[in-house]
Amino acid sequence: MPETNPSGGKREFLKVLLGGSFFAWLASVLYPVLAYMKPPPQAGVEVSSVNAGLVSDLPPDSGRIIKFGTKPVILIKTASGDLKAFDATCTHLDCTVQYRADMGVIWCACHNGKYDLTGRNIDGPPPRPLAPYRVTLQGDEILVSKTT
Amino acid sequence: MMNFLRQTYIWLDERLQLRDLVDFLGKKYVPVHRHSVWYYFGGVSLFLFLVQVVTGILLLLYYKGSEELAFESIQFIMSRVQFGWLIRSIHSWAANLFILAALIHMFSVFFEKAYRKPRELTWVTGMLMLFVGFGFGFSGYLLPWNELAFFATKVGTDIAGVVPVIGKPLLEFLRGGPEVTGATLSRFFGFHVAVFPGIFTILLGIHLLLVQRQGMSEPLGLEKNPSLEQKRMPFFPNFLLRDLLLWLMVLNLLAILAVFFPWELGQKADPFAPAPAGIKPEWYFMFMFQTLKLLPAHVLFVDGEVLGISLFGLAGILWLLVPFWDRRSARGEQNRFVNYLGLFATLYIILFTILGYLS
Repeated sequence: MPETNPSGGKREFLKVLLGGSFFAWLASVLYPVLAYMKPPPQAGVEVSSVNAGLVSDLPPDSGRIIKFGTKPVILIKTASGDLKAFDATCTHLDCTVQYRADMGVIWCACHNGKYDLTGRNIDGPPPRPLAPYRVTLQGDEILVSKTT
Repeated sequence: MMNFLRQTYIWLDERLQLRDLVDFLGKKYVPVHRHSVWYYFGGVSLFLFLVQVVTGILLLLYYKGSEELAFESIQFIMSRVQFGWLIRSIHSWAANLFILAALIHMFSVFFEKAYRKPRELTWVTGMLMLFVGFGFGFSGYLLPWNELAFFATKVGTDIAGVVPVIGKPLLEFLRGGPEVTGATLSRFFGFHVAVFPGIFTILLGIHLLLVQRQGMSEPLGLEKNPSLEQKRMPFFPNFLLRDLLLWLMVLNLLAILAVFFPWELGQKADPFAPAPAGIKPEWYFMFMFQTLKLLPAHVLFVDGEVLGISLFGLAGILWLLVPFWDRRSARGEQNRFVNYLGLFATLYIILFTILGYLS
């Protein structure tokens, strides 16, 4: 009887071929599954400025959150009447900040982080300042826009 | 009736050889010693898991997992559906008691060194179930789509984003996008009712199989001193009946808690409202939350949050792998270092949890 089993190099070659095919098959199954789990980018409208209401509606020494596209932005009217706006997402762990008139600071309730009215992180765990937004007035209307 | 039951048993026995199983149960014994009380917490955790499965399926009959409808559907369950308030309250309370029972079970196994050879895999499957249990808690917390849960999820998923290299893709995978939105709710709903139950059931099957195969672990001292008369009780029916009695007591406790301290729903989440004061995670995440609160913005050249999260991650891995590095216990010797480490971890968790609630 002649030897029917492939020997030596042939056997190794077949092993590599079969093993390689197996991994290629596995990759062809896993790739679509992993790609499916990655959320597609949303075709959001790029917002460069928003109308934030009337100056007269915002009392001095107060703040409110406005919608800047999908992002929250905090608009503050200081005690002296200056208008300021910053990204409202805390640089620590993503909570939304608020203006605390009693402390005169921008405050994050989640981990007690504090920022002064220039957006600088002054106390607590936030590692970076809040990004500023430009505030301009058109008559009595407040316009908030990106600084860049 | 008895005749019918008997005939059913004979019918099944002819096909499945039930006698072998009955013989096995008859030969199964549980050691009796002054630490035996800890044996019951695994069973209590199992019971509470079963309560979660049943109440979870009941909630699924009315819950709607979308940004517009989630909060309203729970309001509907609590105000319109007959006994809806009870089912939802039991689900919330049992979730918390499950974590508590599982933590007690885990710490008792840790201090008894019951993870030592040959039960390393029982420990690992148990720890993985505890992690999945945290996943259940974290994902379930968001489902009512209320203010507290919304910000707790923002913080929790942001923490995942801090993980080196895979952080950003992991964060987007969890949130279903860059922000916490309705897409996050859909994903968490899927994790909570399909992915985690599937994984948990497989781990539970392995865990219980290993416990049956290897029997209960005995404390180190008892094992080493064969001259001591070793007491034991039959698993069936003695231990099982005690187990069932305790389960009944836990069910009563659940009913009392659910009736007298119904779980609140809070305010509906508004992505454009500031985080409310008094925001807090579930109590079992409180010690980590509090640590992150106290860490300064930068420690040397590392962000405080990155340092904190890395240290907790490292501690978790060391804890999971304790059977593989604690060689002394594996040899049947006392290991004081592990005791001190366990004591430190327990005190740290208790202290920082209390601090979290006080501040």
